[in-house]
Amino acid sequence: MPRHRLFVASLLALSLAAAACHGKKPPVARPTQPPPESEMPAARPPAPPEPIAEPRPVTVPPEPSVSSADMGSLDDINKKGILQPVFFELDRIEISSEGQAVLAKNAETMKQYPTWIVSIEGHCDERGTAEYNLALGERRALSVRQYLVTLGIASDRLRTVSYGKEFPFDPGHTESAWARNRRANFVVTAK
Amino acid sequence: MMTIRSSFIVPTSTLGGALLLSLITLGAADRQQPPPTPQQRQEGSGIITSGSGSNPKLAVPDFIAATPDAETKAIATTIGEVLWNDLKFEREFYMIPRDTYQSIPPAPSLEAIPFDRWRELGADGLVIGSVRKNGTAVTVEVRLFNVAARNAAFAKEYSGTAANPRLFAHTISDEIHKLQRNLIGVARTKLTFSSDRDGERIKGTVYDRKIKEIYIADYDGANPRRITVNRSLNINPVWSSDGKAIAYTSYRRANFPDIFVQRIYDGTPPESPAHGTDRIHNFLPAWSPDGTRIAFMSNRDGNPEIYVMNADGSNLRRITRQPGIDATPSWSPAGNQIAFTSDRSGSPQIYTVDAEGLQQPRRITSDESWADRATWSPAPYNEIAYAGRTGPGFDIKIFNVATGITQLLTHGEGSNESPAFSPTGRHLAFTSTRLGNQHIFIVGRDGEGLIQVTKEGNNFTPNWSR
Repeated sequence: MPRHRLFVASLLALSLAAAACHGKKPPVARPTQPPPESEMPAARPPAPPEPIAEPRPVTVPPEPSVSSADMGSLDDINKKGILQPVFFELDRIEISSEGQAVLAKNAETMKQYPTWIVSIEGHCDERGTAEYNLALGERRALSVRQYLVTLGIASDRLRTVSYGKEFPFDPGHTESAWARNRRANFVVTAK
Repeated sequence: MMTIRSSFIVPTSTLGGALLLSLITLGAADRQQPPPTPQQRQEGSGIITSGSGSNPKLAVPDFIAATPDAETKAIATTIGEVLWNDLKFEREFYMIPRDTYQSIPPAPSLEAIPFDRWRELGADGLVIGSVRKNGTAVTVEVRLFNVAARNAAFAKEYSGTAANPRLFAHTISDEIHKLQRNLIGVARTKLTFSSDRDGERIKGTVYDRKIKEIYIADYDGANPRRITVNRSLNINPVWSSDGKAIAYTSYRRANFPDIFVQRIYDGTPPESPAHGTDRIHNFLPAWSPDGTRIAFMSNRDGNPEIYVMNADGSNLRRITRQPGIDATPSWSPAGNQIAFTSDRSGSPQIYTVDAEGLQQPRRITSDESWADRATWSPAPYNEIAYAGRTGPGFDIKIFNVATGITQLLTHGEGSNESPAFSPTGRHLAFTSTRLGNQHIFIVGRDGEGLIQVTKEGNNFTPNWSR
C-alpha cells in the first residue's frame, strides 16, 4: 500500500475510533479474523470485563416486644399450672371426657378470676408434617376455646395460637412423649 | 441482583494487530463503512460436541493465578472446583474427574494450553481461566476451548470483588449452559429456609423454647446468611418472583402468627399484607408465579382455610369453604389453579382447585394414607410434588398432572418432607432426617445426584429462588 494511502487510512481508523468513544459506548467486539490454527491466541481481549456483583441482604432490628404488666406474678400463676392442659388423640381435635372435666375446672377458675386473659396454645406431636400441624394446632386451640365459650366464658378473654409441632413439651420419640405433646396448653397472659 | 452487561469478545492477537487488520479492510474500501459483522466461527469450534452423540466431556482444572500470591491462587483453585461442580449439577456434560488431571502440568497461561494432553484424557472441551488480583478486586479471563480444534468456543472476561470467588464460577457455569446447551442454569439461584442453627431460645412465662430464624444460601449451600433477627419463631419462607423479597410466617409481633414480606436487600421493616391481629392468624404464604398474588392459610373465618390476596394485601378472596382443615397452598405454573391439603375426606390429602375458588376441588391423591405440602412445578413441567406417608416417616412423591402417574423421589432414607422445585423444574430441594439432624438436600428430578446443602443445626421448609 502506498505510504500516503496508509497514512490516510490510519487517520480514518483513528477518527472512527475517536467517534466511537464519544457518548454511550456499548461494549463492542472488535470483529477480526480468527487466528490461524497454528497460532496461539495471545494476550487480553480488548472489550471491558463484565462486572460481577451480588447484593448482600440487610437484617432489620426486631420490633420492641409487647410487655404485659406485672409479669412476675403471671409467671407464678402459670408455673403453678392452675389452668391445666387438655390432651388429644392422634390427628384428632375432639375433646375427650377427661378433657371436658379439665375444661370445666378451668372455666370455674376463670370465673373466679374474671380479669384473667388466657391464651390457648394448640400443639401437635412430631409425627405429622410441620406445615399441616400448624393447621391441626389451630383447630385444637379453636375447639377448646369454643367449648369454654359454651361453658360461659366470654370469648374476648380467650386468645388462641397454634404452634403446630414447633414446641414439644417432651422431646422423646415414644408414644407417651407424643401423647404429652398433643395438647391445648393454657397460659395466663394478663390479670 | 447481579448486574451483567453482555459483552462478547473474540480472542485476537495484540490490539495493534487488530487495528492493523481493520486498517487493511478500510484501506481497501477507502470510505467509511459500518463495522463488519462478526466473523463466522470456524466449523466445529462453536458448540462443543462429543462426536458420538453422548454428552460432551469437559475438564475444568484449577484456574491459573496470573499474579503469584497465595490469595489469587486460592481464588483460582476455588473457581475451578466450584465451576466443575456447577457444570456437573445439570448433567448436560460428562465432567472428567479432577483427580485424573494430576499428570497434566498446569498451564502457565491461557496461551500455553497442552491440548494434546487434554485430548488424551478424552476431553472434548476444556474450561480454564486466568485470575488477576488488583487490591480487593479480581479480574477473571475464561475460555471454553474446543480441545480438538485447539481454539476457544467461548471467551469472556469478568471483574468483581475477591470476597466471593464462587460467584465467578456460578456466572461462568450459567453462561456455558446458555450458550452451549441452550439451557437456563441455576448456579446463581438461592435457597431460603428456616433454621435453629443459632441455638436461640425464647423465654416465655413458663417455657424455654427453641426458635427458628430465616436464612438464605447459595443453591449449593455456600454463603449462608441470616435474614431475620427478631428472636421469635420464623418459618415457611418463600421467595418473590423477582428474588428481592421473602414472605414468611412469623410470631414476631406479640407472639401470634402472621405473614411478613421482607425486602431483604433494602433493610426496610417487613410488611404484613394479610393484616394479622391477635385473633386473625395467617400462615404458609405462597407467591403466584407472576409474583402478583399470595395464597395463604388463615383462621379468619373460624377454621383453617385457603385465601388469595394481591401481594399488597388488596383484593382478598376466600378459596376454600370446608369446616375442617384446608392448608398449605401452592400455585400451578400458569397461576390459575392452587394445589392444597385438605382433610375433608377424613385424612390429609392433596386437592387442586381453580384460583378463584369457584369450582369444586378435585382430589389428586388416591393411594396415600396421609399427604401434605403440595408444591406445583414450574413450566414446562406440570407436576405436583408432596410428602406422602410411608411407614413411620414421609417420602417425596411427584404426581404427573397430565398422566396421573405418581413416582417416588425418595425411598425411605429417613423422613423426607417439604419439597420445593428449582426454578427450571429440573431439580428439587427437600428436608431429610437421613443423617440424624434435619438437613436440606437438592436432587435431580429423577432422584439422582443428591447433594447435602445445609451442614449445621436443623433446617426446614426450603424454597428455591429464580
